[in-house]
Amino acid sequence: MRKSYIMPGFKPTLGFTLVYLCLIVLIPLSTLFFKSMELSAEDFFNIITHKRVVASFRVSFTTALVAASIASIFGFIIAWTFVRYSFPGKRLLDALIDLPFALPTAVAGIVLATIYQPNGLIGQWLMQGFGVQVAYKPLGIVVALIFISLPFVVRTVEPVLQEFDSSMEEAAASLGASRLQVFVKIIFPNIFPALLTGFALAFARGIGEYGSVIFIAGNLPYVSEIVPLMIVTRLEQYDIPGATAIALTMLLISFVMLLVINLLQLWVRKRSGQL
Amino acid sequence: MNAATQTLIKNSLQEPVWIRWSLIAIALGFILMFLCLPLWIVITEAFAKGWAAYITALGQPDAVAALRLTLLTALITVPLNTILGVCAAWAITRFEFTGKSLLTTLIDLPFSVSPVISGLIFVLVFGAQGWFGHWLSEHDIKIIFAVPGIVLATLFITFPFVARELIPLMQEMGSEEEEAALSLGANGWQMFVQITLPNIKWALLYGVLLCNARAMGEFGAVSVVSGHIRSMTNTLPLHVEVSYNEYDFVGAFASASILAGLAIVTLVLKSVLEWRQGKH
Amino acid sequence: MSIILTNISKNFGKFAALNHINLEIPEGELVALLGPSGCGKTTLLRIIAGLEQADSGRVVLNGEDKTEQHVSHRGIGFVFQHYALFRHMTVFDNIAFGLRVKPKKHRPGEADITQKVHALLELVQLDWLHDRFPDQLSGGQRQRIALARALAVEPDVLLLDEPFGALDASVRKDLRQWLRNLHHELNVTSIFVTHDQEEAMEVASQVVVLNHGRIEQQGAPSDIYDHPANAFVSRFIGQTNVFSGDDQDTIWLQSSGLPINDKPGKTAHVRPHDIDVEKASDEASAHAVLKDWQHLGALIRIELVKNAADADNATVYAEMPNEQFKRLQLNRGDKVSLRIRNAHWFH
Repeated sequence: MRKSYIMPGFKPTLGFTLVYLCLIVLIPLSTLFFKSMELSAEDFFNIITHKRVVASFRVSFTTALVAASIASIFGFIIAWTFVRYSFPGKRLLDALIDLPFALPTAVAGIVLATIYQPNGLIGQWLMQGFGVQVAYKPLGIVVALIFISLPFVVRTVEPVLQEFDSSMEEAAASLGASRLQVFVKIIFPNIFPALLTGFALAFARGIGEYGSVIFIAGNLPYVSEIVPLMIVTRLEQYDIPGATAIALTMLLISFVMLLVINLLQLWVRKRSGQL
Repeated sequence: MNAATQTLIKNSLQEPVWIRWSLIAIALGFILMFLCLPLWIVITEAFAKGWAAYITALGQPDAVAALRLTLLTALITVPLNTILGVCAAWAITRFEFTGKSLLTTLIDLPFSVSPVISGLIFVLVFGAQGWFGHWLSEHDIKIIFAVPGIVLATLFITFPFVARELIPLMQEMGSEEEEAALSLGANGWQMFVQITLPNIKWALLYGVLLCNARAMGEFGAVSVVSGHIRSMTNTLPLHVEVSYNEYDFVGAFASASILAGLAIVTLVLKSVLEWRQGKH
Repeated sequence: MSIILTNISKNFGKFAALNHINLEIPEGELVALLGPSGCGKTTLLRIIAGLEQADSGRVVLNGEDKTEQHVSHRGIGFVFQHYALFRHMTVFDNIAFGLRVKPKKHRPGEADITQKVHALLELVQLDWLHDRFPDQLSGGQRQRIALARALAVEPDVLLLDEPFGALDASVRKDLRQWLRNLHHELNVTSIFVTHDQEEAMEVASQVVVLNHGRIEQQGAPSDIYDHPANAFVSRFIGQTNVFSGDDQDTIWLQSSGLPINDKPGKTAHVRPHDIDVEKASDEASAHAVLKDWQHLGALIRIELVKNAADADNATVYAEMPNEQFKRLQLNRGDKVSLRIRNAHWFH
């Protein structure tokens, strides 16, 4: 069944898309499953429950979670000020928000490491002023992931705020609501699904992030070693089954989390009447 | 409505001035610290030892080779993924077929795969212990730790960029203009070149731009498949890493400044394209 | 060019959009496909154009079976509901498009194209807009450019999908007249789709009434108005009063002067202008009470309530010329006597 039977090019375009998709994406990805199947269940289990691997999962998930949360709060504030207020240089700064998308992660990595190392520009100040060390600690991973996460949040919240029907605010105001009530009861519930999407995207990206993290993380086993680095390390030791098992586990976990977050979002949207 | 109610309503439509300014201050501070400062550091570190050192660092054969490989990779992957993007968007937005939404989801799949895994899977296919590893070494074909591996990993990573810009646009555009062209006697190619392409060109360029930025900047996936062979399989981002790890900070930041410049150009063009798209 | 459709059916999933449509349109007619939204009229038009494929049936244009022909080879001109003008081309380039995409050996030279486009622009009286872009035109102008573009390839059949649907009421009125005159001038067989019965009656030489994917009636506007084939057509075209054929209504209709021998159907449809109203001379001859009235320009619409012992409160509408109404000097609440001159009976 075709929507538009007069439009030309169905077979060649779909055919090319499918072949290309299979060759570049699906077949290579499927090797993860097939290679893992060469392992016995016990070996697989042993690999992924190795103490150091478990620790790296804990590091990756907690840092990504914390970073996505912080990025959500500040991303929301940034989107809010960009949409609602006017101040000089706004358009330039707005364009700059996408920098983490455009800047190669290796560059971000070495720059952030330079800034936050104990004798770096901010690192020095934090070290001397508060005795806090950022670089080469889990905190460094969080900082790098906040950098990566920020545009995901801002770019999902911004358009929703822009399209927000402000007559709802006026209606609420005319019914006697205070500004805080208007925000809490009218604006925030309408923005929340978008914020959740931004959070989910940031979180998913954060778990897999590699380039911007490894320079600042210090990569201490059990402390600041992330899962992607575990995979690379195993690979460099020619432990391909190990790398594959960890990679597959990580892939599956992030798919499940994405699924959960999507369902959560569906539920939120339904509850707030946006579906 | 009396004056008092009016003030009341106005108060519930706007935040108090002090809150407004605090929010702006927080936003600006955050942007300055997280976005502007890194750019500034790239420049200052690159020029920490003066112009001469900067130029020398960029003139190193390794750096030049890395830049050349980066450009080559982009030159191969961007056109391929552009064609793919247009084909996929055409098939998905102009026809109805079973499994369409699955296909749409699969196209976005590479976005949710960690770059490291994106590299790993090609090692699993073509590496020494991979599916074709034996056959490849027999025929003396190198894919992993060679340019083809880098290209493949980059193709995977940048796979969705063009398609995901085009699909929503073409969906929204509908096919009425294309139908009109056909009803006026145009053949499929004439319709595509004269009607479809002009209508999607800004979104297409936008997708190409993002695709290119990622192709030139990808680190994780390329790092896994490249083997870090100097002057051979190092792209510019890998060269940044190698130099940094060897404490050649000027070299690392000089190369980084090229990539940061690419990022800035990308952002500027992106803003221009967004402005054009908004206009049409 | 004549159009013959035989046994056209089209389903969208389980929904039957068109159900065994048979239709013949003689050469040179201006036909309206009329029906409520969702009746399948646009689908039928798109099937004739070749933009949509029927599940079954044949499309024969001028004796030639074109069912399998691609839209670009059918020799039709299609005017889309939202015009589908090419946004990135000037008005001139839009109209020239069909000529420029012809295969090389049939393609006219650029000078001929220029001449032809300007002739078409003059035909639609918009030559002064030739270098504008579609975004810079008003709705009515876009409509006429879309028409000129479709005419440029000299189609044998002109198909228009809701040609006036997206226009303001005043522009619509002008364009209706204009389309009629244009058709007169060009005499190309044309079909347009509309849900507006007034528009169909005013513009078309033939009206095809569709409902639920079936043809309810086909004929000249006056035929359809004066002799509706069924209750749907009667109700859809023009105003009508519907009376159930129960005893009370029958007695009331009879007393109001409608001759009924051997009730010919279950419901009686009476046009408002088939009811004469007069001031009742006495209580016994009063058939109704005048409730209210509205000015409809030259006509007055009178709202009446039946004056019967256990009558329902349904309003009966009558119409008469303004002058006549003034002469009668009626007021709200007056008792009136009626004479019903004509009714259509349906089962």
